[in-house]
Amino acid sequence: MNLTELQNKLLAAARQNPPDGQVPYAFEKRIMARLTAAPKPNEWLAWSRALWFGAAACVAVAVLTSVLPLQATEEEDDSFSEGVEQNILASMDDFESVQ
Amino acid sequence: MQESVCMELSDADLIAAVLRGDTASFEPLVAKYSPRVFATARRYARRESEVEDIVQEVWSKAFQKLSSFRGEAPFEHWLMRMAVRTCYDFLRKHQRSRESSFTDLTDPEHDWLEQFVRAPEAAREDSDAACQLVERLLAMLSPAARLVITLLEIEDRTVKEISALTGWSAALVKVRAFRARAEMRKCLRRIAQEKYL
Repeated sequence: MNLTELQNKLLAAARQNPPDGQVPYAFEKRIMARLTAAPKPNEWLAWSRALWFGAAACVAVAVLTSVLPLQATEEEDDSFSEGVEQNILASMDDFESVQ
Repeated sequence: MQESVCMELSDADLIAAVLRGDTASFEPLVAKYSPRVFATARRYARRESEVEDIVQEVWSKAFQKLSSFRGEAPFEHWLMRMAVRTCYDFLRKHQRSRESSFTDLTDPEHDWLEQFVRAPEAAREDSDAACQLVERLLAMLSPAARLVITLLEIEDRTVKEISALTGWSAALVKVRAFRARAEMRKCLRRIAQEKYL
């Protein structure tokens, strides 16, 4: 089967049968009813939404900036206590070896 | 009386009236251009409910974005650009399973193909079976391929026109057209290979 010929034949068939432009009865009335019934975009609503999003982002940043330093100090505390412990134990070891 | 006055006004006058707040002036535009929009939507959607949804969306967008219409080109061109882009969005949203095979064909489609194999020149292009077959073939294509094949091969539009309608560059239209033809041949092979290849 010659696929190119078949393809050309089918495309010619599509060209010969264009879809009709029949419009359903009173379609324009339906569209107008829909357009007039649709709520008009409220600028204040858009602004309040944007501000709420902004507020949420600010809260998230505030939480992050307050939690991160706490974690950092906890890590620092651990390293400090370990350091003290090691120094004391090292001196104890030295003391035992001298004895 | 008011309707007849509206019908006499030019598109530019009607658009200006709508933008001034006279929403009713939009109705003559809907009545005038709906046949074109319906014909375009029927190229991409099969079910009548889907066609109506597309046309409603086109008119909603046209109404909402009417202030962006500058009047440099005819209103019809601006509207058709919106219609083609809405149809493309519809195709992308409704990508169904596009697999099809020879066994899925209806009897008339099967007979038409048999006829084509026996005597290609005798297979009539204006038969319903040929139309169904091409519809099946187009439904198997990816949205971009279907759009470009429809505009370029079926509606005989130029690359420049397609570029204006779709917003794609001319080079992209050519690349997509090349890929679309290859995709179409691949789909045809898939349909026919079970019996004829």
